[in-house]
Amino acid sequence: MISEPIPRPFAVLATLAAALFLLPLVGLLVRFPWTEALSALTAPEILTAAGLSLVTSISATALSILLGVPLAMVYARARFRGLRVVRALTTLPMVLPPVVGGVALLVAFGRRGIVGQFLDSAFGIRIPFTTAAAVLAATFVAMPFLVLTVEAGLRSMDRRYEEAARSLGAGRWMVFRRVTLPLVAPSLYAGAVLCWARALGEFGATITFAGNVPGSTQTLPLAVYLALETRPQAAIALSLVLLLLSLVVLVALRDRYLPTS
Amino acid sequence: MLKADIHLRLGTLDLDAALDAAPGEVVALLGPNGAGKTTFLRAVAGLVRAGRAKVALDGVVLEDTATGVRVATERRPIGIVFQQHLLFPHLSVLENVAFGLRARRRPDARVAAMAWLERVGLGAYANARPAALSGGEAQRVALARALAIDPRLLLLDEPLAALDATTRVEVRRELRHHLASFDGARLLVTHDPLEAAALADRLVILEGGRVVQSGPVDEVTRHPRTRFVADLVGVNLLRGRADGGVVALEGGQQLTALDAGNGDVFAVIHPRSVAIHRTHPEGTPRNVWPGTVRSVDMLGERARVAIGGSLPIVAEVTASAVRDLDLRERAEVWVSVKAAEVGVYPA
Repeated sequence: MISEPIPRPFAVLATLAAALFLLPLVGLLVRFPWTEALSALTAPEILTAAGLSLVTSISATALSILLGVPLAMVYARARFRGLRVVRALTTLPMVLPPVVGGVALLVAFGRRGIVGQFLDSAFGIRIPFTTAAAVLAATFVAMPFLVLTVEAGLRSMDRRYEEAARSLGAGRWMVFRRVTLPLVAPSLYAGAVLCWARALGEFGATITFAGNVPGSTQTLPLAVYLALETRPQAAIALSLVLLLLSLVVLVALRDRYLPTS
Repeated sequence: MLKADIHLRLGTLDLDAALDAAPGEVVALLGPNGAGKTTFLRAVAGLVRAGRAKVALDGVVLEDTATGVRVATERRPIGIVFQQHLLFPHLSVLENVAFGLRARRRPDARVAAMAWLERVGLGAYANARPAALSGGEAQRVALARALAIDPRLLLLDEPLAALDATTRVEVRRELRHHLASFDGARLLVTHDPLEAAALADRLVILEGGRVVQSGPVDEVTRHPRTRFVADLVGVNLLRGRADGGVVALEGGQQLTALDAGNGDVFAVIHPRSVAIHRTHPEGTPRNVWPGTVRSVDMLGERARVAIGGSLPIVAEVTASAVRDLDLRERAEVWVSVKAAEVGVYPA
């Protein structure tokens, strides 16, 4: 393949841009504590955080699929007043500073929050500073990724397949289960992976709403941040592990987000 | 027996049409694009909501906006074959055919579906994905899928339009064969008169949302009532007023015809009955007039020559005649038609 000539200023600036991304990666590799990595990564508090991260990110993804697919369905197909406003507001977490999300969750579901105080007095349920809060925080920031991806899939699918299914006698549920869902499966898969990756990396909303309780709300990103002060080697090792995980996600979604040519 | 009366507005379409189809009968709904054919079919299936509709099948009311009855699409005993087959891409060929049976919770869905696949000669493809089928094969599977639910009415929406010309002839022959073994009513939507003539017993011509003519195929082709129907079946349709043996056309010209009767009439001249001359012909034809060649369309050994002038007409002549007479655009010619070749019937 013969490259097009690139003007010199562009080449310089583009190299700077690439360096901005690549140098930190190189730094992680250069400073990776090869000898202590294993012990640092298998330290009990790290393993606990990793396990908790796995539980919260998968729970958040499951919750996002359960609630997000119906929401995407409504966004793709329903028509009613205020729909666009609701859609915009539920997409907000994608651009909202996560800390703001955490504060908002606190005033809604906190012990004296508008819903939280009712949950507390009526059922004795207190969400903040529990694993449930970590899951809720992760869901709050990650679900929009799934909703938007599935919604796009639903909008682009050929709805005549659903009509064909109905003409064959399939009721709404069977049409959804056996035709709609399989046809948007690629979008659902991509949305779920994106959602999971975002949930796994969640920091700001979690530390604000769920706190930093080892064993119940201290997820990997929180553990990395704390370790940086006390045990920087562990932080670097963990960072590289999380980076590799992100790379796996990117490769898994290559058809969607990486140009193939 | 299908009885359908549909009235609905959709965008620029104003559909107001009614038709019947008897058990065992193939009715073709024929018309140009945008005439409302597919919308009519979708309304019969309940896939589109009509402003006013009455649909009854074998005496059972499926929809009646007057009484508020509306049976959901999935509960109507209607099978549909779509234009682009619409086989579910994620299911095997067999599971596509079994789909409707599973919806009905038939325990023998796979076995029954397999029997249908064998009937259309595609048993060997049971485990293949629809993407592995050719266009013609896919349409046969789509037919098997629609018939497997044992419908009382089969709707075919341009079933051959997506196929290439050679496949079309082949699938049309097969379709004809499989349609013959179905005892319910069949409604075929098409814009292709050849397809309609080949598959249907009766034609219903839809133009601009209205039924402009209906009747047995040969009746409609012999006696087209609109310019569109005439163009479709390839005859020249002229409107005028008959008085004895003479038809005074709307353009002011006169045609001599046999047994023209009296009153408003259609005069039909088959293009093959139109002769073209370079000089004024002397002979028996009663109808002779000058014109200018507008276009020459070669169709193999035949040519359709459109002639403009005071009385525009289409002639069908041999390709060699086109060469011998040097017929090309803007050529000045004389046209002759024998009186006996002018068909006249009341408008």
